[in-house]
Order: sequence, then structure tokens, then C-alpha cells
Amino acid sequence: MAIPQLTAPRARLSRLDTLGSPYLYILPFFLLFGAFGLFPLIYTGYVSFNDWNLLDAGEHQWVGLANYRELLHDPYFWNALGNTLSIWVLSTVPQLLAALWIAHLLNHRLRARTSLRMGVLLPNITSIVAVTIVFTQMFGRDFGMINWLLGLAGAGPVDWQANTWSSHLAISVIVAWRWTGYNALIYLASMQAIPHDLYEAAELDGASTGQQFWRITVPQLRPTIIFTAVISTIGGLQIMAEPLLFAGSSTPTGGSDRQFQTAALFMYEQGFREFRFGYASAIAWTLCLVIAVFAIANFLLTRRIANDEE
Amino acid sequence: MLLSRMVRTVAAATAAAVMLTACGSGGGSGSDGGDITLNVNLFGNFGYKELYKEYEQAHPNVKIAEHTAAYNDHHRDLATHLATGTGAGDIEGVDTGFIAQMREVGKQFTDLGTDRASQYLPWKWQASLTKDGKQIGYGTDVGGLAICYRRDLFQQAGLPADRDAVSAQWAAGWDKYIEVGKKYAEKAPKGTAFFDGGGALYNAIIGQAPQGFYSEDNTIVVGTNPEVRKAWNLVVQAIQANLSAKLIESSPEWNNGFAKGQFATIACPAWMMTKIKDQAKSFSGKWDVAAVPGGGGNWGGSYLTVPKQGKHVEEAKKLAAWLTAPEQQARIFTSQGLLPSIPALYDKPEIAAYKDPFFNNAPVGTIFTTAAKELKPQYQGPRTGDIQTTIRDGLVRIEQGKQTSEQSWQQTVSDVERLKK
Repeated sequence: MAIPQLTAPRARLSRLDTLGSPYLYILPFFLLFGAFGLFPLIYTGYVSFNDWNLLDAGEHQWVGLANYRELLHDPYFWNALGNTLSIWVLSTVPQLLAALWIAHLLNHRLRARTSLRMGVLLPNITSIVAVTIVFTQMFGRDFGMINWLLGLAGAGPVDWQANTWSSHLAISVIVAWRWTGYNALIYLASMQAIPHDLYEAAELDGASTGQQFWRITVPQLRPTIIFTAVISTIGGLQIMAEPLLFAGSSTPTGGSDRQFQTAALFMYEQGFREFRFGYASAIAWTLCLVIAVFAIANFLLTRRIANDEE
Repeated sequence: MLLSRMVRTVAAATAAAVMLTACGSGGGSGSDGGDITLNVNLFGNFGYKELYKEYEQAHPNVKIAEHTAAYNDHHRDLATHLATGTGAGDIEGVDTGFIAQMREVGKQFTDLGTDRASQYLPWKWQASLTKDGKQIGYGTDVGGLAICYRRDLFQQAGLPADRDAVSAQWAAGWDKYIEVGKKYAEKAPKGTAFFDGGGALYNAIIGQAPQGFYSEDNTIVVGTNPEVRKAWNLVVQAIQANLSAKLIESSPEWNNGFAKGQFATIACPAWMMTKIKDQAKSFSGKWDVAAVPGGGGNWGGSYLTVPKQGKHVEEAKKLAAWLTAPEQQARIFTSQGLLPSIPALYDKPEIAAYKDPFFNNAPVGTIFTTAAKELKPQYQGPRTGDIQTTIRDGLVRIEQGKQTSEQSWQQTVSDVERLKK
């Protein structure tokens, strides 16, 4: 009969299907990740061991660790790293605290709750360039709104770009403006997953709203806080569009004395103004390692803080 | 991964910045044989809008799309596009500050041939010629040099406002210019300074020196050329006398400074007149043009190049040649104020006798052609544009009160040293 002859290959096909198709389903991700994630990462590593002039396309020479040695002795790199950390702390800490507070408010019964919840995300979906340009004008020296307000309050005008502290503060405000709402929504989502009977029980025991917030909400949010802290670390240490556009003169040196040049901006300067692709790649890899260290440190730190609260 | 993400962020950021000034950069397009679109990438206003229409009418199969970006962004993008072999326009504008850098990678550009050599100012033609004698760009304009000033502000400060009197006051040199500035400052109208910013003034002064940042064997001589330090000291003197509005050239704040009338004078190559007309519309008739202290000089001026990677190289060559042809250069001078780089035009009556009503009918034709004829050409090396920026930053540090002149000079010299790597 014909049937057995047909079923044999069909059975083999079906076995192949169960074995093989899961790999086929996840293949697109790995293909994309390989092409746009892993390959550039490894290739950047290879480039970083070369003296590689971007302008003279393809001209390069193996120099081993020379780029990394130069980097460790480059005062402008350490300056950029210091600026990055300063801007990161100034923007991330207030940002996450504010996000927690906003999420807490949005978690209550409010009028027009959905619009408010969507509203906090608006700064995040606005173009980073538009946001930075508007803020740069607000922080303008001669005709900026902030200086005008300061003037009304009797304080002298501040040349926001000129000083280290003022430029870091201004850039941090831009960063915080974009990301606070985003983090608030993440907090809000996990706040809503907290079982309501916990609050009811606390209320019966006479706990105040503040106590409920610190004793129930925050500890319950622990995994989310860890997540946002790690993500903000990764994002915060890569800041570059804001300081680039804040300068107004579209030079990647971050101000007249590099007072607000971040590590990512320094990398951009070396890669795309100096066209030292090898050196820029060494900066990229070093920055990647620095970010990994800080992300892990943050992970451990936020885990412990939340533990103490419990 | 990190680097590529950065590149994407930057690409997005610049693209958006470009969109804010003009419009997004389109890819090359068009089908073979039929209609083609030529992308012309420029910085600032070259005054070509009307000419495009005319060219399109004469060549029905050609569409022209112009994309404008800020000065530094434009040249950085061009270098990146050359390096990566894709993304450049069919025609790319290049400023004097960057032409030597492009000349070094001349193999990336189409050779435009030598048949127009005799038309051009010899130094203009030489500056875009590669070592092996290939011409990478048709000169558009040269800067020349004058001082543009606000008559009304001079009058309010009790200074003579007549252009001959103004020119005479500082004819002896830049230190006289600073003296006039000090007199201006004594009775300056509130909210105005004497000049726009240290970096721009510096460019004008160094532009008059026989030797600038480079010796002719492409060595950077910033640390050793006394002219470089002399110009620095003059600008520092002017800054310390509180004459600077402390604005960085081509920044949004600087543009705003024109509209708000924050400064009374500005070092004025011919192309600066275009910027003034664009930014200070409400002050038409109040601006005037005087001679530059110390005689002639040049600052800036541009070229049109045709990158080899373009899709329509032959069509682009034709368009670039047409846009820079003598007739068109003459028209752009009278419509926009850009000074031709073809000296045969200087004695033509429509140029030599041209007076600009925006500048109180100043005889800009005579002023700029005289300056251009007196000009001693200065050799420009590959990093001229970036050295200018580095020196500007050094002067900004003094304007911001962050450093003394000596501290800032030391740092500037070592920063320029870094550019050699």
C-alpha cells in the first residue's frame, strides 16, 4: 500500500519540525543581534588595537594596546569621565526619586487619570534635539528665561555654559526632563501589581500613608527599582546628544574648557573630528567596561537598600 | 555595539538638527535616462535659490535639492560620508578652512580639470589643487575683508558715523580699532558691545598675516609664528577692555545678537553681509561698511566639489561649473553680496559701482574688490578649520573669565599640538 511509504518521510518531517522549528523561530533575533550587536562589538574591539584613520578609509596598522595606554594617560579622558559621572549622579538620583513620587501620586484615584498617566510620557517621546534646543534657549546667558526669572528674584544672571557646575546642572535638568516620566510609568505599572490587601491590613493596623509608602510600596518595588537603576546607569553614562547640542557652536569639545564634555562626546570627538577611529574604539570599549562596573555596583547597592527597608 | 549606538544617536541628532535649519537629507534618486535629482549640500546661504530654478528650466530632466547644515556639522558630515563611502551629496560645498583637509583626500573627488584655471584668482585656484595637479573644487566666492558697523549705534555713542571718517579712524591698524572701541564703550547704548566675539575678530586679524597657522610644508606653526601670538594679544586686549559681546560665531545666540543689536561692529568678509541681511532684517539701512584696519585681508570663501561617490557625477560637474561661472558669480554678488573669485569681474561696472541699499548705499563693490586686489594670499593647511575653533575656545575661556591670557594661550598651544596626532 501507499500509506506506509508516505508516513515515513512525513514522520521524519514532523520530528524535524519539533526539533528544528523552535530554533527557526528565535533565529531572527540572533541574526539581528549578531549583525547589529555582537559583530560591531567585536569589530570595535579589533579596531581599538589599531591606529586607524577614518578619513583615509581602511588605512590601519596594528598597534596592540597603545591606544589603551594613551587613554589612561590622557587628562581629557579623565576629565570627560568625571563630567559623565557628575552629570549622571545629578540627573539620575533626583530623577528616580521624582519618578517614584509621581508614580505614587498617579496611583491614587485622580480625575483624568489616564490622560495624566499618558502625559508623563510625553517628554520621552519628544525629539531629543527639540528638547535640548528649547532648554538651551531657556538656559541662555543674555535672553534666557531662567536668567530672567533669577533676575526677578534679584539674583545675578548665570552664564550657564561657562561654569562646570552650572553646565552640569543644566544638562541634568534636560536629561531628567526626558526620563522622569518614563521611569514613573515603570514604577506605576509595578505598583499596581502590589496586592491591595497589604494596604488594607496596614490601614487596619493604623499605618499612615507615609508608612505605607516606605514599608510596603518601596520594598515591593525592589526588582523594579533595581531595573530602573541599572537602566538609568547604562543610559546616563552614555549621555552625548544633550551636551553636544547644549554647546550651541556644534563643536564636540563640550564647552570652551571641556567643562561639560562627556565620555561619549569625547569618543565622538576623537572618532569623527579627529578621525582617530582606533582611539575612539578604545574609548568605546573602556566606557563599556566602566558602565558594566557601575551597573553591577548599582545592582548590588539597590538590592541592599531595599533589603534594609524590609 | 556601544559605538554603533552612538553613531546612530549622533546621526539622528544631526539629521534632526539639519531638519531644523532647512530640511532632511535625501538619498540620491532618479532613474537612469529619465529625471534625476542632484543633491547640493551646503552650509549657510550661497544665494543659489533663484539660479536653481533657472537651471531646472533649461534642463527639464534635472531637479535640484539643496540641503543646508551648520558650518561645523556640514564639514564633519562630509568627512564622514567620504570615509564611509556613502551619503555625500552630488555637490558638496567646502569652506576655505576645510579645503586643505579635503585636498589631502583628493582621490575621493572628481577631477574638474584645468581649463578654468586662468579665470580664477591664482591663490584661490591653487588652494583646491591636489599635489598631483587635480582640481577638486570650483571656487565660489572669496571673503575679502571690511568692517560692517551700525551707524545709529555709533551716533548714539557720540562717534563719527560717516564711513570715510570711520575708516580713517582705524586705518593705521587694529590697535586703533580697539581705541575707537574704548571710546564707544564710554557712551555705549545699553546692552550693546563693540564687537561680536573674540573668535571672529581673531579670524579677521590673522587673515591679514602673510603666514597663518601653517608653513607651506604643511607644518603647524601656531606655537612659533609671532603673527599668531600678536593677533591673540590684540584680541585679548579688546576682550579685557570689555568690548566683546562674547558671542560665538554662527551659534544661535550670535544670530540672535544681530536681531537684538548686541554689537556695533563686526569683522566683515563679503559673505558676512549675506548673514547680516538674513539675521538683522529690521536694521536695514542702519548698517554700513568701512574699510578694514591695516588694509586688505581674506577670511573664508568657499568651493563647490563633486564627490566621486555621487550617482550623477557628470550632471553634477555641469551644474557646479554653471553655478560658479563668471555670469552667475556676478549676479550673486549683487543679489547676496558674495564676492566673486574671478578677478576679471572686479572692474566690470555692475560690480565695481555696486552700492547696497541695506548698508546705507555703501559702495561695497569698490570696498571689497579693492580689499581682494590688495590681498596677500595665506597658505592654508589641512586642520585650519579646527585650529580656528581651538583658538576661538581659548579666547572664549578668557571672555568667560575662566583663565588668564597666558594660561589660556598655553592650553591653546597644547590643544593645537593634539590636532597633529
